[in-house]
Amino acid sequence: MSIPKEHDYIGLSENSPMERISDKLSSSSSSSSTLSTEENSNINKNSLNLKETELRLGLPGSQSPERKPLPGVSLFGKDIDTNTNGYSLSPLKNLVSGAKRGFSDAIDGSSGKWVFSVNNGSDAGLNKGAVLFSPRGDNGNTQKSSVCGPAKKEVVGVITQSPKPVQEKNSQVSGANENNNAPASKAQVVGWPPIRSFRKNTMASNLTKNNEEAEGKSGFGCLYVKVSMDGAPYLRKVDLKTYTNYVELSSALEKMFSCFTIGQCGSHGFPGRDGLSETCLKDLLHGSEYVLTYEDKDGDWMLVGDVPWEMFTDSCRRLRIMKGSEAIGLAPRAMEKCKNRN
Amino acid sequence: MLRMASSFPEEVLEHVFSFIYDDKDRNAISMVCKSWYEIERWCRRRIFVGNCYAVSPPMVIRRFPEVRSVELKGKPHFADFNLVPEGWGGYVYPWIAAMATAYPWLEEIRLKRMVVTDEALELIAKSFKNFKVLVLSSCEGFSTDGLAAIAANCRNLKELDLRESEVDDLSGHWLSHFPDSYTSLVSLNISCLGSEVSFSALERLVGRCPNLRTLRLNRAVPLDRLANILCRAPQLVELGTGTYSAELQPDVFSSLAGAFSGCKELRSLSGFWDAVPGYLPAIYPICPSLTSLNLSYATIRSTDLTKLVSQCQSLQRLWVLDYIEDIGLEALAAFCKDLRELRVFPSEPFAQEPNVSLTEQGLVSVSEGCPKLHSVLYFCRQMTNDALATIARNRPNMTRFRLCIIEPRAPDYITLQPLDDGFGAIVEHCKDLQRLSMAGLLTDRVFEHIGNHAKKLEMLSVAFAGDSDLGLHHVLSGCENLRKLEIRDCPFGDKALLVNAAKLETMRSLWMSSCSVSFGACKLLGQKIPRLNVEVMDERGPPGSRPESCPVEKLYIYRTVAGPRFDMPGFVWTMDEDSALRLS
Repeated sequence: MSIPKEHDYIGLSENSPMERISDKLSSSSSSSSTLSTEENSNINKNSLNLKETELRLGLPGSQSPERKPLPGVSLFGKDIDTNTNGYSLSPLKNLVSGAKRGFSDAIDGSSGKWVFSVNNGSDAGLNKGAVLFSPRGDNGNTQKSSVCGPAKKEVVGVITQSPKPVQEKNSQVSGANENNNAPASKAQVVGWPPIRSFRKNTMASNLTKNNEEAEGKSGFGCLYVKVSMDGAPYLRKVDLKTYTNYVELSSALEKMFSCFTIGQCGSHGFPGRDGLSETCLKDLLHGSEYVLTYEDKDGDWMLVGDVPWEMFTDSCRRLRIMKGSEAIGLAPRAMEKCKNRN
Repeated sequence: MLRMASSFPEEVLEHVFSFIYDDKDRNAISMVCKSWYEIERWCRRRIFVGNCYAVSPPMVIRRFPEVRSVELKGKPHFADFNLVPEGWGGYVYPWIAAMATAYPWLEEIRLKRMVVTDEALELIAKSFKNFKVLVLSSCEGFSTDGLAAIAANCRNLKELDLRESEVDDLSGHWLSHFPDSYTSLVSLNISCLGSEVSFSALERLVGRCPNLRTLRLNRAVPLDRLANILCRAPQLVELGTGTYSAELQPDVFSSLAGAFSGCKELRSLSGFWDAVPGYLPAIYPICPSLTSLNLSYATIRSTDLTKLVSQCQSLQRLWVLDYIEDIGLEALAAFCKDLRELRVFPSEPFAQEPNVSLTEQGLVSVSEGCPKLHSVLYFCRQMTNDALATIARNRPNMTRFRLCIIEPRAPDYITLQPLDDGFGAIVEHCKDLQRLSMAGLLTDRVFEHIGNHAKKLEMLSVAFAGDSDLGLHHVLSGCENLRKLEIRDCPFGDKALLVNAAKLETMRSLWMSSCSVSFGACKLLGQKIPRLNVEVMDERGPPGSRPESCPVEKLYIYRTVAGPRFDMPGFVWTMDEDSALRLS
């Protein structure tokens, strides 16, 4: 949307601001809807590329079901073939040119929109909790139907420019559920209803105390845990209840932290198009394997993926993306501990 | 003029000023003339900084050299609902470090939504010899180790209040760091802590502090220890229980009831985690004198709740879950004629269907029956324009009205119309309204009403509302006293902001997330108005990597005399003259 004569808007204009606003409004809605179709088609073009080359975290021994096995170094070393007990997580693919290509494409290929998740398949679960939809109504028109088409669900917080009318009733939310595997619980909008975390966490534990079954979680469905990544300057928080399995969790974490790992490859911000330098590659191969671990209720650091998902969400207090070099000793001990427990 | 000034010696003026506490009055005094400015700044003892980035520590210290009490607020309000990503900012350490040298006699620090580290707490503990009050409201970043440092070193500590902070709870040992010689505790609020503190240490602490008047325990304190604690502090005025659940045993009950009866000064109760109805009668003897009751964590149902509130004839403030239902609110309206503040929280906000019978009728009843009611926070699932209009006519003295309908964009459930007229009635009748949060289906018309009538409004929260920039324009151009505006998921774009850019400098802050403000407009605002920090938050990467017309994810604009800040994380960019050059 263009803003001609921008300087006039800073309180110096002599025309009535209201007139200019309504004039501009009609012209802007039409221009913005064309923009969105361009963006959407670019997203779809790039979706395949990004999917293949996405940075992912994974446990030893797991293979991503969607990926074709690529030649190249698996960052988990030799353990990969041995462990078949764990629940599957996508392996950490090499960060080499594949991932980089994906990023450059995302930036240069499309109109510049750098999307979190692009594929509709495995991210259905992400939609559950990560949706921030913001339909916009035309002036006064409040009748029609849902805004949550699949293309718009994918990105947290991105505003879709097409002026779809505002919906009155509940079906906007149930529309979002159509693509989900999850049962009755709603797609939750971030930060809605506006209830403080302390209250949410307190009430959530009330309900799980009162109900034996996982059914108790339908009341206060949120479980925020901190996620730290070795080397990252700040932590993040994720709501474990927005995922239904390890795959969703790991892909969400990859996206959240990918900016840090990619940042390490180039000098500033985004890497060049030529490919990683040799030294960078060596670092990635030998030192920067990442392992996803969590701290359980007893305060012990465990490897993610060993126990059923529900058991994991019950006992997980915080997550840590550890450098593989530190985690070498962890896996065997963690396995032992599980064995001792069972 | 000169003669007037010299006829009052400085000491007299200073003495007169010492009776003025309010910040606004103090600011007014300082603007009278240069000599009054000088006198006032040397004798100001208390400062309040509503946005810690609006001014820098050296600036404050330079102007006010003799401060004893500091209050700072950090993150925007929507951080409470996880809309502000971790790492955004609000670090208190630079302030503590600066004040450690400048204000060795500092006594009070009150912080809200700030990041407080153990290092900061340790620095407080060793820098201020006469430190008395520490209030950490919705803060985070520290652990119980930091608390141990405070407990061990602050000999004159009177108040330690951790309300709703997120504490890294390493253990409960920190409480034992209060030395045996320490007896000056007046107020302790540890309700947000998860771990168990040593009960014997707690009892001894309570027993040796004769001035203790406020004690808010955490959930880990079991019910059968409560009586002992109360017996050691019969002078308590405010109590927060621990978990209010135990097997029903007559001896436990009778000692509890006896302990409560012994607390003749008790006026405020809270806690009640996991409350079981069987133990509620223990507090009946003190109910008639209670002025404040927080049952918002108590999962007791409407029959027991009704019975309880019906005995609290002096009640002024009630926080409760929607288990109270319409029927309980009717009882409240009938028995608690002194009620001033009501907050009703949802017991199951994510459930698809309502689990309790709480509707708009409950709020209408209270508005009819309680003539002093002026502050409301109400979560419900349905509302009508008529109900809102009735509430407005009943309570023109309303000053804070926050309504949340669980379903976004819910219309009047009877007429299926937007709730514009209902909220319009609120702002029209309640002429002293200072704070408003709206809910339900709302068009630009409601903003027109607000702009026309809400002349005293200082804080407005808007979500999933409006049709166009006109809505935002109405608010920015009409609400003369607006200080804080927070908006999410509304179709507001550039125009209203740019037209009303000058207004932004008269406000503390503006938050807009999931709206349609373009990067280009943000740059423009940042360039044109130097005393605004225009911060763009975008986790998709630098806004410069997308077209200028692309809307930003989140926008936080605040006025400042300190210039852009330098402690921003990777996903926050400040739009100013320099950044415009860098990013283009």
